[in-house]
Amino acid sequence: MGKLSVNLCGIELDNPIIPASGTFGYGYEFNELYDINILGTFSFKGTTKDARFGNPTPRIAECPNGMINAVGLQNPGVAKVISHELPLLKKCFHKPVMANVSGFSIEDYAYTCEKLNACDQVGWLEVNISCPNVHGGGMSFGTSPENAAEVTKAVKKVTTKPVIIKLSPNVTDIVSIAKACEDAGADGISLINTLLGMRIDLKTRKPVIKNKMGGFSGSAIFPVAVRMVYQVANAVKIPVVGMGGVSSADDVIEMMLAGATAVEVGAMNLVDPFICKTIIEELPKKMEEYKIDKLSDIIGGVL
Amino acid sequence: MKQSIFEILQNTPLTSTVYKMVLKGDTSEITASGQFVNIKLDGFYLRRPISVCDVNGDELTIIYKVVGKGTKQMAEMEKGSLDILTGLGNGYDLLKSGEKPLLIGGGVGVPPMFMLCKELIKQGKDVTVILGFNTEDEVFYEQEFKNLGAKVFVTTVDGTKGTKGFVTDEMDREYSYFYTCGPEPMLKAIYKKSVTSGQFSFEERMGCGFGACMGCSCKTVTGYKRICKDGPVLEKEEILWEN
Repeated sequence: MGKLSVNLCGIELDNPIIPASGTFGYGYEFNELYDINILGTFSFKGTTKDARFGNPTPRIAECPNGMINAVGLQNPGVAKVISHELPLLKKCFHKPVMANVSGFSIEDYAYTCEKLNACDQVGWLEVNISCPNVHGGGMSFGTSPENAAEVTKAVKKVTTKPVIIKLSPNVTDIVSIAKACEDAGADGISLINTLLGMRIDLKTRKPVIKNKMGGFSGSAIFPVAVRMVYQVANAVKIPVVGMGGVSSADDVIEMMLAGATAVEVGAMNLVDPFICKTIIEELPKKMEEYKIDKLSDIIGGVL
Repeated sequence: MKQSIFEILQNTPLTSTVYKMVLKGDTSEITASGQFVNIKLDGFYLRRPISVCDVNGDELTIIYKVVGKGTKQMAEMEKGSLDILTGLGNGYDLLKSGEKPLLIGGGVGVPPMFMLCKELIKQGKDVTVILGFNTEDEVFYEQEFKNLGAKVFVTTVDGTKGTKGFVTDEMDREYSYFYTCGPEPMLKAIYKKSVTSGQFSFEERMGCGFGACMGCSCKTVTGYKRICKDGPVLEKEEILWEN
């Protein structure tokens, strides 16, 4: 076990760095830039039961220290992911991958998770419960403890691999939702997804994004993410994967002190495609600077 | 794709809103005209995608219009260096040009036509260029295209220079194939008026510029494409205008 290694739900990671879903595609394209096997793992593009084009463009708006996206879960659907994307990934990535799953009904989530659970390459299922619940009036599954628990139970019933529930920060009480997932059998919690945001073009007086609103991410949201990771990590016993505005090795250490076992890097991949490589290379120097012998020792170590 | 640091050699206005910047750095990843670079600016989160106008050895020329705070800041830069991603986008396919290609650029769609024109003329093609602008004050690079040896026609909407009207008013001529870049209404008009196959370069608001975020997707006859990675150049036959 190296000094950077951590254990995420029973699987050893060489380091805690995980590119977040939606910022790293299905991985193989980043392998043209650097050997992606240096990563702890990565979370692939949010996958749904059926193929989706997503939202109309423009889907992107810039913000101070961040961005808003309303891509709308564009993906080829789980069947194509298994038949096309995963074989391409297998050629260049030799570690277990985190499969990110979204859905619009309980049945969707169970169906997609069951299919991906059967893939040898998949190490964890990261279940994104920020999508609108089409059967529940459009409210996100992740905004009520009951719905979150229901999704968790349904997915756990049809899978054998660790299930990590990815929580939305757009709620009044994140802790109650995290606890409901833990009680329903979740093996881990990841947070935070994007914060709901909006920009308006002053010249046209129209929203910058065609979909009007979208998910705000980037370094601006880092303090919110640290706070929520801290709250959740103190309330649950299962591992927490921290994310939200992480842009440097310092941010990774801060997130781990707040309680994260592993750390996802999202929007920054889009600005600096080499950021995860840079962070992994910087971590040993930073550990020396902050007198950390083994990175896993600092998880939840905030005083 | 490559991330590297470029040094600013020159940054001068061509019109009241359009600037030409010459940079020195590693241009090895720029393999085709019609590609773009993505520029990091201090104080701004996302990079600015700008089309490649020309490459000469380790010198890269870009021409950009001041449209917002980012490009305004760029216009104010005199010296210094910039963090740039190069080699982005597919670029134009020269193999299809035929002997008499027609190049049509509108506004800041003109710059990518320059490197394309240079390459086609080097191959011995008989190149005609149509450059469209709103008014005389906005016209740039007419002489530069003439210096390459192309036949050049300028159109302005108000008729203050060249032919009065749109680029399509100069399209009634013989050509073997066409290449174009410019605002979407212009591209649509060319699509309707053109009598041969051709290639169109599209613009879209981008997140990353290298295919990771799906921020700039569009629907085509051959499926979903990312403007930044599978484009920005699309063939006439694959375009769907419903986007």
